[in-house]
Amino acid sequence: MKRRDTKTPTTATNLSRRRFLVSGATVSGALFVGWRSALADPALPYLGARFEPQQLGMFVKIEKNGDVIIGARGCEIGQGVKTSLPMLIAEELDVDWTRVRVEQLPYGYIDTDKGPSDKYGAQGAGGSDDIPTGWKDLREAGATARWLLMLAASAQWNRPAGELHTEAGFVVAADGRRLPYAELVENAAKIDPPTTQRPLKKPEDFKIIGKPTRTVDAREIVTGQTQFGIDAYRADTLFAVIARAPQLDAEIESFDDAETRKVPGVKDVMRLDGPKAGEPITGPLASGIVVVATSTWAAIKGREKLKIEWKDSPWAAETSEALHRRADDLLKSGVETGTRVRSDGDFAKARKAARKTVEARYTMPFLAHATMEPPNALIHVEQDKVLLIASLQSPSSASEIIGRITGVPRDKVEIRLNRTGGGFGRRLKNDFVAEAATIGKALLDKGDPTPLKLMWTREDDIQHDFYRPFGVHQMTATLDRKNAITGWSQRCAATPRNYRDAGMKQQPIWTGCLEPEDFPARFIANFEMVFHAIESGMPRGWWRGPVHTFNAFAVESFIDELAHEMKMDPLKLRLQLLGEPRESPYNDYGGPVYDTGRMANVLNRAAEKIGWGRKPDKDRGLGIAGHFTFGGYAAHAFEVSAIDGNVVVHRAVCAMDVGRVVNPLGVEAQAMGATIDGISTALNLAVTVKDGKVQQSNFGDYPLLRMGQAPLDVEVVIVDSTKEPSGAGEMGIPSAAPALTNAIFAATGYRIRELPIGGQLRKIL
Amino acid sequence: MQETTARAAKPPAASATKTTVAAVDDKTIALRINGKPYSFDGDADMPLLWYLRDVLRMTGTKFGCGIGACGACTVLVDGKAQRACLTPMKAAAKHEITTIEGLAGAELHPLQQAWIEIDVAQCGYCQAGQIMAAADLLRRNANPNDDEIGKIANLCRCGTYPRIRKAIKRAAEIGKENAAREGGKK
Repeated sequence: MKRRDTKTPTTATNLSRRRFLVSGATVSGALFVGWRSALADPALPYLGARFEPQQLGMFVKIEKNGDVIIGARGCEIGQGVKTSLPMLIAEELDVDWTRVRVEQLPYGYIDTDKGPSDKYGAQGAGGSDDIPTGWKDLREAGATARWLLMLAASAQWNRPAGELHTEAGFVVAADGRRLPYAELVENAAKIDPPTTQRPLKKPEDFKIIGKPTRTVDAREIVTGQTQFGIDAYRADTLFAVIARAPQLDAEIESFDDAETRKVPGVKDVMRLDGPKAGEPITGPLASGIVVVATSTWAAIKGREKLKIEWKDSPWAAETSEALHRRADDLLKSGVETGTRVRSDGDFAKARKAARKTVEARYTMPFLAHATMEPPNALIHVEQDKVLLIASLQSPSSASEIIGRITGVPRDKVEIRLNRTGGGFGRRLKNDFVAEAATIGKALLDKGDPTPLKLMWTREDDIQHDFYRPFGVHQMTATLDRKNAITGWSQRCAATPRNYRDAGMKQQPIWTGCLEPEDFPARFIANFEMVFHAIESGMPRGWWRGPVHTFNAFAVESFIDELAHEMKMDPLKLRLQLLGEPRESPYNDYGGPVYDTGRMANVLNRAAEKIGWGRKPDKDRGLGIAGHFTFGGYAAHAFEVSAIDGNVVVHRAVCAMDVGRVVNPLGVEAQAMGATIDGISTALNLAVTVKDGKVQQSNFGDYPLLRMGQAPLDVEVVIVDSTKEPSGAGEMGIPSAAPALTNAIFAATGYRIRELPIGGQLRKIL
Repeated sequence: MQETTARAAKPPAASATKTTVAAVDDKTIALRINGKPYSFDGDADMPLLWYLRDVLRMTGTKFGCGIGACGACTVLVDGKAQRACLTPMKAAAKHEITTIEGLAGAELHPLQQAWIEIDVAQCGYCQAGQIMAAADLLRRNANPNDDEIGKIANLCRCGTYPRIRKAIKRAAEIGKENAAREGGKK
């Protein structure tokens, strides 16, 4: 890896033509060298974009006064990565956390010899993978920076680097001499980074990792200073809202904007074409009419005055009732009509030989994401560059979309990642970015390249989402004479999540609805999993813990039902199925192993905390469930009552094993929040469709749980582990719903098999 | 980054905003926000929320639902919690508005201190509204119990409710400590 010795900043112009060579670079080497060899753009105000003498690689700058600035590369959507990822760097850099100031990095596009890549490494927020990824490359980046500081001290003192060590921002010599990093950094920055990876700290030496650490933005958040995506404005911003097709895939027949244009503040009205029915959704989600105005309010008022005639939607007959009927028909039709997802042993044979067969069906509704900050985007499209400031989960895809729509090269598309008011998977789709880019490009083409702020109202959000799929799981188990489970069948009829994605042909149709590696696969000899796809026009996407929340309710409810059928304690049945602590294979994301001991442990810890086995007070019941998600293990145990059908969660316990914990305060928050999200969703949330239209529109009919309805506390048990860390954002949700309904069964004898719980119990109790 | 965005957030020089209430005509709405006078002569039906955000670029008050259901836009109107999205400018006229930006005095409000100490925020988007609603509660009731705290109906999609409860109780304690200290000085 060659390095530039000149101190003259490279101009932005010749950078765009240079491809960055990544072949042969180590992970941290690539993160490290990139900024000064080819990528700096002094016009940009970020770490890693500037040439500054006190900077070490793209993530670290040390001020003369000893303050340490660390770049945060992730999309902060509430999962805490703006705090936890810099902690990883700070640990290996060996600095005092109280001297650290965190700066959000923008999206870093880089054009390499192997195609488009991410300058700062992985920046998207999905699959709870920020920590597992950063655990490797960000610690290595920190260790590399520390090593350069030691080399600089070694040169200054003329002592071998091996005789030196560091202590909280100082390099210390064997004889006790000390030099602060701030005095070494300029020389350190001139040294070539090592070509081999420096050893990382031993966990027993950690001073930052594992310590409860508060959100770095806490003060700005509570004083209203934090800039979320929606808080981005330019001096002369125009505002847009869109009247989108009310029916799935409907196209515009005609529209009349005469009254709209009379609304004070309305500047322009334009047409925006969505995807053709059935085509991949790679841009805007729906056709619509855009109203551009001088304020959000004027745009909304203008939109109210639009008269739009829509063509008939190909999905005009779609209703939730019809989808339920279709699921019933498919499940009645026999396994051969579906796609076989997994097959171990011979389930049909086990069924013939069974002493008893147990069956149950579990129904999962469509769900909206309803992030507190609705989708929005500030975009400024100019002839040769674009600026986007938005709340995102997938900035690389946003960059690709903007490049495609505007024709501006991607290295001229600047994307700033403001703090994001919730993600939950909604922002893995960038339809709102595509809308903004299309409008911004249209303004440019009209000769008015004004910054454009696209706003979505809550109604827009609930009605134009990429919903968690709807589906029905048909579960069947066979028992032999000794009351052992000999066979297990899971047949799922669902609207596939894999729907109109550009890359969907590479994935099987059932991806996102079934997980063939999940427990109890491999734990029951005769096992089958079959998928039946239901046609639907509802857009679908990823919703927090996607396939896992969709499945765990069926699996963990059914195990509970089986336990009652077998007259066994539900916890005991789970532990019996898991068997001896061992590493079982798990050949999918979150693998390669599923550790039965770790699963049993979180179940036991949750059980212990709730007081499993005791007889609860009158009208109350205890329920338990557990699930493995993306490498992390979680179990929930709830104590509930449902007097007159009103569900009250008296106690909620969540035990989580996410491997080594980077920030205990953050992991506790994720466990707590996911548990409440799980309860909220199971109790009340569903999206339904009628005549091709989404029926819900705001928090009145999509009622998130309020504080007075939530448990007073969530008692979180975090397992002290030395295993490699997983993420923590999604593990705490899948087992919440079945633990809740299992507890309701224990309290009332009534089994909930369809979510949400809603008023079901009120009709019965 | 912080500096850049702060600069970007400044309102345009020639906006509908004047920071003086002198010589206002009939159409002009005069109000006070965080102790400063403002006047507005635009659409009197525009909700206070959009005046704060789009006109003044005071973005601490958040948009969540537009129908008063989520509370992300909660501000204090003459000390009482109110949804800014349902408060038309004509109804805000002549009133004293406090937003999250104006809650702190010489030091942070006890709620703000407690929110940091308990590390309440996850995404943080609803928290300004939560704090404003809690400020109204503590004004009415210096020592609220769980039921009273549970009456705050602001939505949090991240599920921070248990820590919100803790932080309100902690703020009540800080309030008492402050009162004792003040008493001690006298």
